[in-house]
Amino acid sequence: MPAPVAPFDQVDHQRAVFADGLALDCGTVLAPMAVAYRTYGRLNAARSNAVLVCHALTGDQYVAEPHPLTGRAGWWQTILGPGKPLDTDRYFIICANVLGGCMGSTGPREEMTDATGRGLGRPWGTDFPNVTIRDMVRAQKLLTDHLGISRLLGVVGGSMGGMQVLEWAATFPDAVYAAAPIATAAYHSAQNIAFHEVGRAAIHSDPDWNGGRYWADGRVPAKGLSVARMVAHITYLSEQALTRKFGRRLRGASAVTFLEDVFEVESYLRHQGSTFVQRFDANSYLTITRAMDYFDLAAEHGGNLAAAFRGTGSRFFVASFSSDWLFPTSESRAIVRALNAAAANVSFVEIASDKGHDAFLLEEPDFHRALGGFLAGCADRLGV
Amino acid sequence: MPEAVGDIRPSPRRGDIRYVAKNMRLDLRLIAEMIPRGARVLDIGCGDGALLAHLTAEKGADARGIEIDMAAATQAVAAGLAVIQGDADNDLAVYPDGAFDFVVLSRTLQAVEKPREVLRQMLRIGHHAIVSFPNFGHWLVRWQLISTGRMPMTSTWHRAWYETPNIHPCTIRDFFDLCALDGYTVEQWLAVDEHGLKAPWRRSPRLANLFGEQALFQLRRG
Repeated sequence: MPAPVAPFDQVDHQRAVFADGLALDCGTVLAPMAVAYRTYGRLNAARSNAVLVCHALTGDQYVAEPHPLTGRAGWWQTILGPGKPLDTDRYFIICANVLGGCMGSTGPREEMTDATGRGLGRPWGTDFPNVTIRDMVRAQKLLTDHLGISRLLGVVGGSMGGMQVLEWAATFPDAVYAAAPIATAAYHSAQNIAFHEVGRAAIHSDPDWNGGRYWADGRVPAKGLSVARMVAHITYLSEQALTRKFGRRLRGASAVTFLEDVFEVESYLRHQGSTFVQRFDANSYLTITRAMDYFDLAAEHGGNLAAAFRGTGSRFFVASFSSDWLFPTSESRAIVRALNAAAANVSFVEIASDKGHDAFLLEEPDFHRALGGFLAGCADRLGV
Repeated sequence: MPEAVGDIRPSPRRGDIRYVAKNMRLDLRLIAEMIPRGARVLDIGCGDGALLAHLTAEKGADARGIEIDMAAATQAVAAGLAVIQGDADNDLAVYPDGAFDFVVLSRTLQAVEKPREVLRQMLRIGHHAIVSFPNFGHWLVRWQLISTGRMPMTSTWHRAWYETPNIHPCTIRDFFDLCALDGYTVEQWLAVDEHGLKAPWRRSPRLANLFGEQALFQLRRG
């Protein structure tokens, strides 16, 4: 029996706290509400060069710097930095930890507050209210208002980050000049909800889950969370990528022995699972996967996706990756069609890649050129 | 932004539906001349976006494009142009009526699956359509068919019948007939030679049909 895993350490994050809080889609008012964030580059005098990066399900605000818990490089360091597509010499880049996350924004791991905003001396845990992608975006809007930015030059994000980009464009069209939803969809598909449910079931069946009150025991449902991550990780890759990286190779053996054989792909997934629990909270995982499952932008607009973008003045860059089966190109094309139906200004490319959904995080020169060119073109038009 | 006119050349990866013109520059310049300042334009089969770049920079147009070839579309987007990867047969139906002032289809009509439907869509989503196509009625084409009994091979029609993407060739007179059949008004038309120079058969569609290698039409509904 392996030793129980303790929760990861609390670290200080850069935060903005909003005493009036936020009224959520579910009806609850969350007050106070904190948004943890990082910025890169400098805001210009006209406050016109801000680009908001929206992170994916298990991402966070540490886009281009070592992670405070793991020490690993930022998750989008390939694309953000001086001279890169998200050029910190030209743009002021902001990334906020999503509402419901576990890197300093208000979420299940933070201290629960009562209706008067008084701290209750225990974490929210499973009492944290259901949040939506739109709630996350409204929280980010409070942050950008707080930073004195009335219109963002760009909002950029992949996967769940792309959902937030779409929601930004639909909810605050005047605050978004350029929107770049990448490897995403306007709703979460049945197949994707199904995969999420496997992950949630794994967490719920962990003996250390304790009905969600694991925080009371000083241990976390590490096995369940790690299995959730393993399942999810398969959906982020493609068959070609798995074959190329691992094939049928065994760890420390050249042929199957029928004893303690471990395929390299198994060992890789176990590693992904065990490192994940050192930086992610199980209740946050449940909250955020639910928020993705709830997401259906067309449903928010009477079942018509084009209605979400009617009259928009924003410019759009939609990109998908050919081997992504989690958010396939057909979903991106549906977004493009809706944008065309709304007579929006839209660019779209499908990038040829065998790296699956994860491709948006990796070195993909065509994608980087296209995104960089799109943003630079928008910045030129605005005179940034 | 590159100086557009000097930068126009066929997109790098062909093998798709448009064939290489020796002198695309003049051809596109003729089209650009037809488009007024500040117009909303959709260029179908925009390649790497040469016409879009020109119209945006020189005419302050709101210019957008559709390109079937992914490499060319990516190149156009990387240049900051509003281009989507897609094709004329499938991607026009979603645009609202009258979304554009001009919809351009340059040297592509003969290669689409349903030319009549594509034209109909162009004139639904645009107030005007500008269409250019290679003329199958050119005397050399006729002569080759008569004299050799085989499919013509000219500098314009240079792919063998079994691999040509040009599945719907037509002549200038055929095109006039289709416009009449579907009730389109021909606002302007001209025949040009392979170098894109205007040919002097403006008054006679019959002569233009015999001597023009390319045709360029501007249409509107009704």
